[in-house]
Amino acid sequence: MAEITYREAVAKALEEALDADERVFIMGEDVGAYGGAYAVTKGMLEKYGPKRIRETPISESVFVGAGAGAAMAGLKPVVELMTINFSLLAMDQIVNHATKVRYMSGGQLSSPVIYRAVTGGGAGLAATHSQSLEHWYANLPGMYVVLPATPRDALGLLREAFTMQDPVLYSEHALLYRVREEVPDEYYTIPFGVADVKRRGSDVTLVAYSRMVHIALDAAQALAERGVEAEVIDLRTIRPLDMETVYESVRKTNRVAVVEETWRTGGLAAEIAAQIQEVCFDYLDGPVARVGGEDVPQPYASNLERLSIPDADKVIRTLADVVGVGA
Amino acid sequence: MTVAPDITKTELVQLYQQMKLIRDFEEACARQYMRGRIRGFLHLYIGEEAIAVGVMSVMQPQDYVITHYRDHGHALARGMDPNAAMAELFGRATGSSKGKGGSMHLVDANVNMMGGYAIVGGQIPLGTGLALANEYSGNDSVVVCFIGDGALSEGEFHEGMNLAKIWNLPIIFFCENNLYGMGAPVSEVFAVKDIYTIAEPYGIPAIQIDGMDVLAVREAMKGVFSHVRNGGGPYFVEALAYRFRGHSMADPAEYRHKEEEAYWRQRDPLPNFRTQLLADGEVTEAELDEVDADVEAIVDGAVAFAEESPEPDPSELYTDIVGEGS
Repeated sequence: MAEITYREAVAKALEEALDADERVFIMGEDVGAYGGAYAVTKGMLEKYGPKRIRETPISESVFVGAGAGAAMAGLKPVVELMTINFSLLAMDQIVNHATKVRYMSGGQLSSPVIYRAVTGGGAGLAATHSQSLEHWYANLPGMYVVLPATPRDALGLLREAFTMQDPVLYSEHALLYRVREEVPDEYYTIPFGVADVKRRGSDVTLVAYSRMVHIALDAAQALAERGVEAEVIDLRTIRPLDMETVYESVRKTNRVAVVEETWRTGGLAAEIAAQIQEVCFDYLDGPVARVGGEDVPQPYASNLERLSIPDADKVIRTLADVVGVGA
Repeated sequence: MTVAPDITKTELVQLYQQMKLIRDFEEACARQYMRGRIRGFLHLYIGEEAIAVGVMSVMQPQDYVITHYRDHGHALARGMDPNAAMAELFGRATGSSKGKGGSMHLVDANVNMMGGYAIVGGQIPLGTGLALANEYSGNDSVVVCFIGDGALSEGEFHEGMNLAKIWNLPIIFFCENNLYGMGAPVSEVFAVKDIYTIAEPYGIPAIQIDGMDVLAVREAMKGVFSHVRNGGGPYFVEALAYRFRGHSMADPAEYRHKEEEAYWRQRDPLPNFRTQLLADGEVTEAELDEVDADVEAIVDGAVAFAEESPEPDPSELYTDIVGEGS
């Protein structure tokens, strides 16, 4: 077992794929000499050369679509979107083309492209650079949406992404790159649509993804000190969603909150809450709570930004106010 | 006079046959649309047949075609089975895409017809990606990316031209300038008056050709393909053409002047080519009549095939969303 960072985990999966398959290449803004805006592709240009580590112009629409087109022709492109916010400039290519070609061609075409994007707030970048928009893409049939929370998951899920036959959005949270964890030395992958129970507990279930898994774990730790045992489920992929693992936990704990960073209104938590009450209604001892970002554009000022993003205190308060746990 | 010195009689007849096939196929489409057999939007290519046929006549099997929503002509000229095409328009299980795409989205992967795309300009990034795959793989396949004049104002066009040039990609951006983007005259909505000159600042070679003359298209494209196939990088072609019908079946085209329509009507590529062939004397009227009869049978057969084909099984609703296994 070697301890690596989240950043190193992503880079490791990329290099493995570049080494194993000549059809794999990376393209995006500043992935070359600069090494990537978040230094994930650092050193890869020197190692693999400009054919496979391709510097693109600041033209999200064409390089996102060209990734889809190259995949239609049999290659395995990895397209780096500097941040998920910039995917908006290329949304037509993702929504109308990459995720549609298989269906609209009756299965003749497919577009197995991997879109890597940095996501999330908390770094003082203000509203246009701090969003978490993955739930929009999770609304799309024909797409996989992956949000690792730990180095171990980052490595296993990205390895899995290279085996998929359709577009994958793989979002890396900007504040997780330095998280360290031991990962197995032996090769492993993590299938999509399989949630991971990150902490066992019997009193309440916290469902989360991406950085909010760590917030949920912090909340669970604080609750444990008060004698409340929270179970923390990391969804890992939000399309497909592993609801079975969630239901199993809810049937045991009878209480649940869904924690996510994006705006609470219309977020993925609303969908998860709806599914829980449809299936587990008789098991619930309280409302299904949503802990989400405040319904505001993400502010710049440090104190305001902290208020806009869920933290452990907010999780605990919501559990007390809405679910009736630990009050 | 000789029509073209370096083309065989068989090839000439084939050009005529393909233009006639597209014309008759689309007239049948219009009738079936009025009968309610074809739903949604139906954009006819009638009047522009010389372009698709001329371009495809010099394409190689390994080349890719990617296009816009006025795509029947491109699909048929590239070799899509008319039965599968008509069945697709009818929304039948035997359609080229099992009835899931319809008129604006014809795909036949077997002949590298990579699809019609109905978001204006949407095919440009995808086509650029196909060309990237060619360049990456080091093969000699060329992409023809058809766009209408309406797509020139989309950012994706400019992004695509730029990327294709800086990466020297084997792609032909082929603009079918039929003078109107839906109802908007291109001269009123695009700042560059001579459209082909838009390629100049990108350092991409460009030509303007007569899109109403199949032999002119063919001759011009020989040079264009040769340039691109031999590593010369992207090329921009503007073909001047006219659609004889409205933008779609819903459009009576009242924004166009009768004089303008009459001018282009007398430039109709199909009867003019027929006259040219007969004047040349290599082909007889009887031979062309036979071609007409064959085409009529093909189109009638396609309509009958589509009509007799079953609707997709309800289970098809849930297939082809993501690939099975890995």
